[in-house]
Amino acid sequence: MGTETRIAARPSPKVSDEVRQTTCYMCACRCGINVHLQNGKVKYIEGNRDHPVNKGVLCAKGSAGIMQHYSPARLKAPMKRVGPRGSGQFEEISWEEAYEIAVSWLKPIRETDPKRLAFFTGRDQSQSFTSFWAQAYGTPNYAAHGGFCSVNMAAAGIYTMGGAFWEFGQPDWDRAKLVMIFGVAEDHDSNPIKAGIGRLKARGGKVIGVNPIRSGYNAVADEWIGITPGTDGLFILSIIHELLRAGRIDLDYLCRYTNAGFLVRVDDPKAEDHGLFLRNDAGVAQVIDRATGKIANYDAPDVKPDLAGHFVQDGKGYKPAFQLLAETYLSPDHAPDAVADRCGIAPDRIRAVAAELARVAFEEEIVLDQPWTDWKGERHKKMIGRPVSFHAMRGISAHSNGFQTCRALHILQILLGSVEVPGGFRFKPPYPKPPEAHPKPNAVGRPGQPLPGPHLGFPMGPEDLQICKDGKPLRIDKAFTWENPFSVHGLMHMVISNAHAGDPYKIDTLFMYMANMAWNSTMNTSEVMMMLTDKDENGDYVIPRILYSDAYSSEMVAFADLILPDTTYLERHDCISLLDRPICEAEAAADAIRWPVVEPDRNVKGFQSALIDLGARLGLPGFVNEDGSRKYADYADYITNHERRPGVGPLAGWRGEDGASEGRGAANPEQLDRYIENGGFWMAHIPEEAQYYKPWNQAYQYWAVRIGLFDKPLPYVFNLYLEPMRKLQRAAEGHGDCQPPDRLRERIKSTCTPLPVWYEPFEEAAVDKAEYPVHALTQRPMHMYHSWGSQNAWLRQITNVNRLYIPGAIWEAEGFEEGDWAEVSSVHGKIRVPVARMDALNPDTVWTWNAIGKRRGAWALDERAPEAEKGFLLNHLIHELLPPKGDGLRWANSDPITGQAAWFDLRVKIRRAPPGGPSQPSHPAQASPVGRGPRDIRFGEDFE
Amino acid sequence: MTALPKTCQKKLGLVIDLDTCVGCHACVVNCKEWNTSNYGAPLSDTDAYGANPVGTFLNRVHSYEVTPAEGPAQTVHFPKSCLHCEDAPCVSVCPTGASYKRSEDGIVLVNEDDCMGCGLCAWACPYGARELDALAGVMKKCTLCVDRIYNENIPEEDRVPACVRTCPAGARHFGDLGDPESDVSKLVAARGGVDLMPEMETRPVNKYLPPRKKDELTKGEALAPKSTEPKGFLAWLDKALEAL
Repeated sequence: MGTETRIAARPSPKVSDEVRQTTCYMCACRCGINVHLQNGKVKYIEGNRDHPVNKGVLCAKGSAGIMQHYSPARLKAPMKRVGPRGSGQFEEISWEEAYEIAVSWLKPIRETDPKRLAFFTGRDQSQSFTSFWAQAYGTPNYAAHGGFCSVNMAAAGIYTMGGAFWEFGQPDWDRAKLVMIFGVAEDHDSNPIKAGIGRLKARGGKVIGVNPIRSGYNAVADEWIGITPGTDGLFILSIIHELLRAGRIDLDYLCRYTNAGFLVRVDDPKAEDHGLFLRNDAGVAQVIDRATGKIANYDAPDVKPDLAGHFVQDGKGYKPAFQLLAETYLSPDHAPDAVADRCGIAPDRIRAVAAELARVAFEEEIVLDQPWTDWKGERHKKMIGRPVSFHAMRGISAHSNGFQTCRALHILQILLGSVEVPGGFRFKPPYPKPPEAHPKPNAVGRPGQPLPGPHLGFPMGPEDLQICKDGKPLRIDKAFTWENPFSVHGLMHMVISNAHAGDPYKIDTLFMYMANMAWNSTMNTSEVMMMLTDKDENGDYVIPRILYSDAYSSEMVAFADLILPDTTYLERHDCISLLDRPICEAEAAADAIRWPVVEPDRNVKGFQSALIDLGARLGLPGFVNEDGSRKYADYADYITNHERRPGVGPLAGWRGEDGASEGRGAANPEQLDRYIENGGFWMAHIPEEAQYYKPWNQAYQYWAVRIGLFDKPLPYVFNLYLEPMRKLQRAAEGHGDCQPPDRLRERIKSTCTPLPVWYEPFEEAAVDKAEYPVHALTQRPMHMYHSWGSQNAWLRQITNVNRLYIPGAIWEAEGFEEGDWAEVSSVHGKIRVPVARMDALNPDTVWTWNAIGKRRGAWALDERAPEAEKGFLLNHLIHELLPPKGDGLRWANSDPITGQAAWFDLRVKIRRAPPGGPSQPSHPAQASPVGRGPRDIRFGEDFE
Repeated sequence: MTALPKTCQKKLGLVIDLDTCVGCHACVVNCKEWNTSNYGAPLSDTDAYGANPVGTFLNRVHSYEVTPAEGPAQTVHFPKSCLHCEDAPCVSVCPTGASYKRSEDGIVLVNEDDCMGCGLCAWACPYGARELDALAGVMKKCTLCVDRIYNENIPEEDRVPACVRTCPAGARHFGDLGDPESDVSKLVAARGGVDLMPEMETRPVNKYLPPRKKDELTKGEALAPKSTEPKGFLAWLDKALEAL
């Protein structure tokens, strides 16, 4: 029956009229995509096989890009608020009117007191541009979202070893034999980790996963360590204890490539230079040369430093940094038996992990027949690899002890000799780059003037902090103050709260981009919505003006006074630049573009183009010509013609008038065309001789200078002992001109240690653990990127409800049953949520997917959407401040060194609640400025 | 009733590695994306932005928790689509002949023009691998991307099912399981690939590679200390540095 109408046995339908290649933006991973167009419409998106990031594959988010592009939540035109703040009532206006309003706010601020503008961007992929704009404007108040994301990981990496995980480094996936991952949020980065694990396992390599929750990568890990949250530092230092005890460390590597031999003054705790390095008159750190027993410059050729011993000069006593490290971590406090209960890991398991790391590192050594020359001119015949690699992200980072924990992990890598060697961890250009080579922070603004330098940088001691003479913070988020001296990404999570409190000062205009700070991207969501709508005694908003740019009708839109509508990622120009967060791989420098593969069908503009327009209207330096005329037509013009340093611009490929130069060269008017022809990206391979040992490899250093990553070779050694931390401690002990306030002295002494230390997370230490016995975490699902996923008709079918996952013992003790609801409380608040049982979970931890819960009315969803009825945010339980200490001061719930938001320090209690929803708190609906989505979708029927 | 081919020499199918599947749903969405605008009616979504969004998918990932006798509980991600069975009950039950299994390559397809949406095949399939499209009223199922794997309009290396092309972890493999020398057959042999629910006697072509053993690093030998005293450590250090 029916056989005559069957399709051809070997059908060859035409896929599309045209393929345009650009860069994905469904998350921060930045894969290359082939966008198939038919009849001018987007039909199908697949991974670009030639692209260095994803090499052809594409995740669920990327594959659902069509639904994001056609989302009913897309904003359609500029809007000004007509109802009360938060209501969602707007009227569409022209771009001209929008610019006029924005200029009427921003121009007077710039002319009088530029710090009254706070400009913070969210998951911005154009930070080198947005920061350039903010610097030209002159406000000190600029940062992106790093402070509430993973700044601990980034800062600890750069301070310790001159590079960090993810964007600036990766496991050597093709040579590693053992990869250990800690607390990896499942999208940092997305496809390369999945692909790497697949390749590693295909070769018979193993994965050790350290995470309280066994999902995602931990589900496929060969070994799962279900650690108790906030104790990763203890666990890592215990592994270090085991390795030191057994002498299973790479001494040759430590001597050559680290500050292990640097002499540290140890004889007099009261001395001004106690704990600092012995330096010669030129400031060069000194080591004991084993050959002579005398001190020598650490970087002198042929010097082999001693790693133990005692040296006296001018009556002062010194020891090598390594000896201090060994004495610290060999202490019985760090033995597996001493930490096991707190970590929730059996002592035998800790010992077994340490033994396995040592076995693979030293017994499965890799030798590459590749000669290379080091920074001192010594020729090496081979490259020796320790095939153990590590990756970590927000899980260990988002704690108030996160910076030191991340430092501890890097120390472990370095002791094993597995950084920048075959099979280990490898940097990606523009890294390696030591902290000294980064700019220093700048926060002193003057009316009508640009800021003297970039906002964000790497302080090397108290002298680089950004505080007024009276000790007050210069920045609204209090970055680079004694509260969080090395807050190298700023503290976006404190901006609204501080602005509302007028602490350290009041602002006039809050300008944000792509940051859902009225919902899932903020701590303490309900109160933050109140702060955004709060009025003073005169009936004026406490935060007078809010300017916001987003592509979609997110919860934050309703709180803005003026909206600049952004485009979707398929309608815009972007550059993923070597000046900020490029797409490099360990083998190659690479950058990429987005370009409008389709034109917008609404009255919207790429935010960066709008910012260029605003910059010109405000007459900002760098945005106008000498005669005051506009310098750039739009962002594409800026990408092509802007030069940060002579010959170095946003894009490194096809530079020079003839387009033949790489890295350095004059602007090329056809540069974007060359990128488009090449699939949207540029890539330059690092020479074979320069592939490993990059911080010390002459061939790499010369190549990096040639390509424009830096202007002279920058060899350096890794910081086992981090002297800048000791300088903070010395100030807290009373030395020097720049002094912390008395209330912070003890905290600085105990947390800013030059060797990594573990201390109990602050909130945990502050609350009654018997009353709040359970840790609570969130994770991001692999198929969602923060709040964006719920407007996506396909992705929301995979997850539109999040339950709180509860481990078996708590589940049974509380008498939970399937379909139940629970009341979950922290010291700050209470929520009511649906629950489910999960046994592959640390027994003292509950968790849920983040950013599934939605406010009614947002994202063009039905007000009865499950995301609002049964979805919820844990954010309501997490405060941006620690519980009050009775001193009247506001103590941030952040890492004391970097200011990283301590999302995962949360402690809760759980009780069974009466059945049924909705989730609480249940906020009333916002009006939707974009209406509602269609009822049904038959995507694809147009293409027949 | 519809007849199955007596034999299929060529047995195209998928091999899915449960040891590496991280449960990311890439295959689920890319499958939907390809198939909604290719073979047959679109894979529709109803109440797409509403209170009860439901759509047609040809491939879904399920997650299960497994608690072994010893060791901690495990999570297994389990992608599932039509297994293109040799004894496909969905075909033999079809009253119109719309469901059929191709003799040339073993792919089970639905001829939508002949499908009256009675749903018998979905009832007969023990795997729940078929979905009736709510708007088109016809039965949808995995076609093994029959419109990709022979498609002369796409590059040869891309002539694999969309789910295989997109899988970031490389957990999905496509090939001829009727040829013992094919890469997929060798992989199944090497890794002990299994049938899903063999007791149903459907003889599925698709195979699953089971997860490798986990959590074995418990009783390994601890590292032997060089010395239990700090001084002893320093003596070792001195000797070791001398040997460099």
